[in-house]
Amino acid sequence: MSATGQSIKDIEEEIVQEFEVFDDWMDKYNYLIELSKDMPAIDNKFKTDEYLIRGCQSKVWLNASLEGDKVIFTADSDAIITKGIISLLIRILSHKTPDEIINTELSFVDRIGLKENLSPTRSNGLLSMIKQMKLYALAYKTKLNQTKQ
Amino acid sequence: MNLDVERIRQDFPILKRQVHNHPLVYLDNAATSQKPLAVLNSMNEFYTTINSNIHRGVHYLSDLATESYENARKTTKNFINARSDREIIFTSGTTASINLVAYSFGERYINEDDEIILSVMEHHSNIIPWQLMAERKKAVIRVIPVNDNGELVLEELEKLISKKTKIIAVTHISNTLGTVNPVSEIIKKAHSQGIPVLLDGAQAVQHGTVDVRELDCDFYVFSGHKIYGPTGIGVLYGKEELLSQLPPYQGGGDMIDNVTFAGSTFNVLPFKFEAGTTNFAGAVGMAAALDYFSNTGIDSIVSYENDLLKYVYEKLSRIDGLTLFGKSASRIPVFSFILDHIHPYDTGMVLDKLGIAVRTGTHCNQPLMDRFGLPGTVRASFCFYNTFAEADALIDGIMKVKQMFG
Repeated sequence: MSATGQSIKDIEEEIVQEFEVFDDWMDKYNYLIELSKDMPAIDNKFKTDEYLIRGCQSKVWLNASLEGDKVIFTADSDAIITKGIISLLIRILSHKTPDEIINTELSFVDRIGLKENLSPTRSNGLLSMIKQMKLYALAYKTKLNQTKQ
Repeated sequence: MNLDVERIRQDFPILKRQVHNHPLVYLDNAATSQKPLAVLNSMNEFYTTINSNIHRGVHYLSDLATESYENARKTTKNFINARSDREIIFTSGTTASINLVAYSFGERYINEDDEIILSVMEHHSNIIPWQLMAERKKAVIRVIPVNDNGELVLEELEKLISKKTKIIAVTHISNTLGTVNPVSEIIKKAHSQGIPVLLDGAQAVQHGTVDVRELDCDFYVFSGHKIYGPTGIGVLYGKEELLSQLPPYQGGGDMIDNVTFAGSTFNVLPFKFEAGTTNFAGAVGMAAALDYFSNTGIDSIVSYENDLLKYVYEKLSRIDGLTLFGKSASRIPVFSFILDHIHPYDTGMVLDKLGIAVRTGTHCNQPLMDRFGLPGTVRASFCFYNTFAEADALIDGIMKVKQMFG
């Protein structure tokens, strides 16, 4: 669903629209729970400490790989709401070029009313996850530049 | 005397507020408690009419401020039944008090290969200061285990005590399990070998009467903010003969007698351990909290909290798939639990949306979580201003969580 060539902005708009139909938090959370179930599973070999992003509350595992000039992310979390939000992050940032990932300022979390989930005080690993996604993108950018030379 | 909880709730303005369009159900009292008007007003009055630095000025307000601060010390002394004002050191809280003892006691009495006994259920604040000291002194930390009910295994303590044991530091009541530890027994065992005992009272002073003379503990520490007082103020009680043997912890103003570059001499107890400008307004607020707590009636509070405890325990026990940790018969209304396969964080997030404040995570208790093989728990901690209706709201909230994630 994210490999359709849509821009990051387009996917963010799409997600915001999806969430607009929900009147209350309960519907939003239920939707996140559904999304978490539909998310492609991360390969178990990546569910190790090496791929772990430590939040105080919930754990997040993240792996990245390069396909052509696009970065592919897979991830998982032991908490469901966190996992639901991760699925949105992956939908937006996976299958994008390193430059697209590095230069994006995500606005959808705020706009769909889940801002508190990205608060540094929540320490659920999501903020660190975004940071880590960008670091992967940066590393792949360097790698791609080297192969070009 | 029965507690009029509805009237008591009027004393705590914050309890009237809404959270996410629901009436606030505040069940995070083990983290920090709310403040009654008596405390807020006392601090407001202090700042608006008395504020001045203590122990220093020749002027009128400084005298008044000093008097307020020293009266707060007397109130605290009476509250825990210490022998003398000199045994009450004001600190910034429980953590600071333990750091002080670990440092100063360690400097004076602990040498290489000496041993310190803690327990698995200690808050990190009663582990790390000792670890830092043990590292400095090349001392060893021994640990009292916890059984499946969340109780200390005292038979193991007997095996741990040896000629090398220099101090035992244990919590009076577990912040995660709610277990009230058999501290009198621990103290008797320790004293029979001449070993002093520090009790971490952070979760205890607000749930009953603490009498340090009756307990005969050597050190007792607690925080103001958990007993309805302000943050940033706490207490170290120590027996005078012991405190007077310890070197100062921090240096600065107020703790000195005479200062020269050739060497300095230190003030007498309790000032020797109160370097710099202390949180004197906080001490005044805490004393107001202790008075409020005592005047409300500690026996009535304990009796009400026990009723609440039985009610919640019974209700939680009946929920399918809910596992409660800490099943000691001797306990306070602090409940740590997990729901089936549901992550504590998910549970906490949904409860929050229902206006119910609980804590999720490891509760600064990682060794205890490891003991039970848990990534964390949900903790609901009640106190005397919580109602049976709020307990029902928690139960309904848990059912909602089960429905959403089940």
